[in-house]
Amino acid sequence: MTVPRRIIALIRKEFALILKDPKSRVVVIVPPLIQFFVFGYAATYDLKNVRYAVLDEDRSAISGRLLARLDGSESFARVGTLTAGHQVAEVLDGRQARLVVHIGSGFSRDLHNGAPVAVQVLVDGRNSNSALLALGYIGTIVEQFNRQLAAEGLVALSGPGVALVERAWFNPNLQSRWYIVSALGGIISMVVVMILTSLSVAREREFGTFDQLLVAPFTPAEILIGKSLPGICFGLIDALLFSLGAVFWYGVPFRGSPAALLLVLIGFVVTIVGVGLLVSSMAKTMQQALMGAFVFMMPAVILSGFTTPIENMPGWLQAGTLLNPVRYIITALRLIFLQGADTAAVWPQLWPLLVMAAVTLPVAGRLFRHRSQ
Amino acid sequence: MTRQSLFRMRMAGLLRKELRQILRDPSSIALAVVLPLVMLFLFGYGVSLDAEHVPLAMVLQDRAAPARELAARFEGSRYFDVRHAASLSEARRWLDQRKVEGIVCLQSDFAAHIQRQQAASVQVIVNGVDANRARLIQAYARGVLQQWGALRHARGEAAAVPAVTVVQRVWFNEGAVSRNFLVPGLIALIMTLIGTLLTALVVAREWERGTMEAILVTPLRRIDLLLGKLLPYFFLGMAGMGLSVALAVTLFQVPLRGSLSVLFVLSALFMLAALGLGLMISAAVRVQFVAAQISIVTGFLPAVFLSGLLFDLESTPLPIQIVSHVVPARYFVTIIHTLFMAGNVWSVLLPNALALLVMAVLFIALAYRNITKRLEAP
Repeated sequence: MTVPRRIIALIRKEFALILKDPKSRVVVIVPPLIQFFVFGYAATYDLKNVRYAVLDEDRSAISGRLLARLDGSESFARVGTLTAGHQVAEVLDGRQARLVVHIGSGFSRDLHNGAPVAVQVLVDGRNSNSALLALGYIGTIVEQFNRQLAAEGLVALSGPGVALVERAWFNPNLQSRWYIVSALGGIISMVVVMILTSLSVAREREFGTFDQLLVAPFTPAEILIGKSLPGICFGLIDALLFSLGAVFWYGVPFRGSPAALLLVLIGFVVTIVGVGLLVSSMAKTMQQALMGAFVFMMPAVILSGFTTPIENMPGWLQAGTLLNPVRYIITALRLIFLQGADTAAVWPQLWPLLVMAAVTLPVAGRLFRHRSQ
Repeated sequence: MTRQSLFRMRMAGLLRKELRQILRDPSSIALAVVLPLVMLFLFGYGVSLDAEHVPLAMVLQDRAAPARELAARFEGSRYFDVRHAASLSEARRWLDQRKVEGIVCLQSDFAAHIQRQQAASVQVIVNGVDANRARLIQAYARGVLQQWGALRHARGEAAAVPAVTVVQRVWFNEGAVSRNFLVPGLIALIMTLIGTLLTALVVAREWERGTMEAILVTPLRRIDLLLGKLLPYFFLGMAGMGLSVALAVTLFQVPLRGSLSVLFVLSALFMLAALGLGLMISAAVRVQFVAAQISIVTGFLPAVFLSGLLFDLESTPLPIQIVSHVVPARYFVTIIHTLFMAGNVWSVLLPNALALLVMAVLFIALAYRNITKRLEAP
């Protein structure tokens, strides 16, 4: 047999392993797509319909107008009107409402007299991020209310203030869905690729067929190619499908160059295949391989900036993330989708991926050869 | 011999076998002990949603005293690390290159407007790619400006004070520390990993290796088999959970306001639901590769995305909220957040515990039905 025919036979065997079993066949295409659509909607930091209750001890026309502004906002939904102070703890403890707006009895009187007036907002801090965001929304609504009161001359302002003009670049409406969905494809295709490749050598070893592969007339390079190609193919197909989905389903803008996207995805998928094979070659059973995959994936995702910004981490940990391939793909995807990066602009993210791919694949190849001797 | 002593003998033998399989394989111990430790340290020390020291470009087109004073207040804030840019275009270049995350620009007529009692404007531009962070940065900038306004008002410089101010209090988590919210949620994730992922492989492995046939000819009954598979992983998971809780409270100072015994009882319920899901998959599929995939899709990923561990479930579209009701982790994340930060609030704990109980019973019953003692596929 000539060299190319040998490799082709091996590659066909590896693909057949995935495609012959109807369950495995479905598993590499359908669940990733479902995940992309479900999680794309689930993964949002924007608040909608925050359930809130009102304790209005003033019950005046003017307090009613402030509450009408809250009710009119799509961020808030009123679920209850309280009549006594002790009810506040009940609704917050029992999660019937996540926020209570308390307007004291002197509200309208003090307002007309020009005295400072405070609205008390109590918020459930069990989800600290949502709590801070909801407080931010309330602050904006109260600010608008103040401006309206001043414009109507209902309150005497001592002079014009300093106005804040706010603008957000690249994502003018500050939709966190753009931020998450542009990078979600990278995460889900990583899971698919890691599972495919980390189990592939471990399965052969568990069944004892790996020794047969080693005594067959294949060079280590050929075995490596045969083992890595299915992962690379399915990973790329999934990642490209997700990119299309992000643009055409979720309406995320695609401002960068398709060539840059393809390059970073190839670099990333090859790196992950290398890591997966590395894990696989160190595992004796499929259970071990799966756990190894998770030992890599969980910290890698956490330290990638996918859900929590790298900038918030302490310095030593930020330095550690430089070794994390997932960090580069997440940054690169956001640069390409939202900031319009081309290949040159994405190069600082691309070369570390290429270096990692060039290291992990050969190391994996050497390792699974050595371990069997 | 009585039926009971026979049962005890069978169980003891099977448990010994399963326990040895776990102990002989250091990777399951690693998953129960090492991974929780690594994750807890990362979440406890590393990961945070609270922005501090945000790099900010300051463009002072006006060098008069009020502008310099406001700039100094931005510099003094612990939320910002201010760098001065010579021009707006230089600041924009920094924003493009991600050297700064926002720009504050005071235009050349800033002080003049202030002195003439006209409205002066402060321009704040943020990089909106991370929308969540951008909102926080905007809120911090607003805070700096408000404090400055209050200061000027106090000095009688006639800046406007807003007619209505908001006095805010964050309950259960006074400083709104994201670690108090992330670390308890992480415990749910670790238990899902041990409960669903590890166990999904254990029955499938016996079928794939052909050792199931050896078990089929033993006098073991289905219930023995189920318990033998369930108990070792139950204890492994509870050990991981106990370790995580101990670290969360001692090392990371997450307040535990509910009672420890309630936490353990409800965690045991969740552990059973997670194990039941894993065994159900395992018994139904019989192929490790597919069992692994299914357990990730139905167990692990929903525990991240559909549980409220990180993302606020109530802000998602209605279909997603409905789907989330079949995810056991959703109920447990609610329970564990409440137990850690709010205390024993039974009106929250009981309905969620009931849901977990129903799911645990259902999953284990389905697993029991599917562990057939026959050779042909179910």
